[in-house]
Amino acid sequence: MQSEKKNPYWNPYVAGMLAGCVLIGSVAVSGKFFGTSTTFVRSVGMIEKSISPDHVANLDYFKKEKPMVDWQWMFVIGIFFGASLAAKMSGTYALQLIPDMWQRRFGQSIIKRAIVAFVGGTIAMIGARLADGCPSGHGLSGGAQLSVGSLIALVCFFTGGIIMTRILFGGGTRS
Amino acid sequence: MKELLYGLITGIMFGFLLQRAQVLRYDKQIGALRFLDMTIVKFMLSAVMTGMVGIYILKDIGIASLSLKPTILGAVIPGGLVFGIGWGLLGYCPGTSIGAVAEGRIDGLWGVLGMLVGAGVYAELYPWFKNTLLTFGDFGKITVPQALGVGHWFIIPIVIIAGLLLLRWIESKNL
Repeated sequence: MQSEKKNPYWNPYVAGMLAGCVLIGSVAVSGKFFGTSTTFVRSVGMIEKSISPDHVANLDYFKKEKPMVDWQWMFVIGIFFGASLAAKMSGTYALQLIPDMWQRRFGQSIIKRAIVAFVGGTIAMIGARLADGCPSGHGLSGGAQLSVGSLIALVCFFTGGIIMTRILFGGGTRS
Repeated sequence: MKELLYGLITGIMFGFLLQRAQVLRYDKQIGALRFLDMTIVKFMLSAVMTGMVGIYILKDIGIASLSLKPTILGAVIPGGLVFGIGWGLLGYCPGTSIGAVAEGRIDGLWGVLGMLVGAGVYAELYPWFKNTLLTFGDFGKITVPQALGVGHWFIIPIVIIAGLLLLRWIESKNL
């Protein structure tokens, strides 16, 4: 299909194995496993603290996950810069407000996409905090450690996601 | 300080790979949940299988120790399912939403904002969860080899063979 044009992307197996090596390197050098969702707790804690410090000080969850910059917070910032660098270097940076697959199904309304994405993000993060991890913390780090809870979480992530996409896109049709 | 720098560098490498493998795309994430395109599954399984071998070698030679999250069924199952539902709506997970914004997919930003709100909501709900769901079915920090009472080098080859068979099946279906 793409024999004429050179595919600007990497083979996902190669990139995945390299990501596995980055994880191994991180564990060896700094003892840190990948994770991202706790950073959202720390960040919102920092934001809330600037508005209502007493409230944050009284919440148990912010005592557990302190509103501060830590290894993982910098890791998440790093993801932004790394992805940005890769997109710019490969010429695959593209400003897009609505993903192609979404547009084919739900049309061109930017507002509609924004609302669903926002609500989806809110729901996803509540779930991730209850499950104590997201696809990076449970999926990659927990999976690589063969953690029972992480493997269960991963199955549940996909189950919930498959149910939701069935509702949104319907079943069966390949488009 | 050094720890923060390591976090940033690790994140840059990880984000770079996520972008190069197209894992940051809505179409790829939802494509996997709709069984149309398994790019993210290929990336994730490759990373997990590679990471697993490396991390258990590091553990055996005493360089690193595992960092497991407790397996609390009452939290991980509903939390995982709720995460999946939100993921299906948003089309990005916490790490990839940040990366998506970095490569110009602005709809990831609505997801990031939603996730910050979700993290704040969870912090408010935490006292209730702590006395209910987070106490149900707590099996502690367990791994699959521990749960089965066998050595990890017995389980790891089985996981790799199962993973490779799954990937071969995915390739045979041209996903």
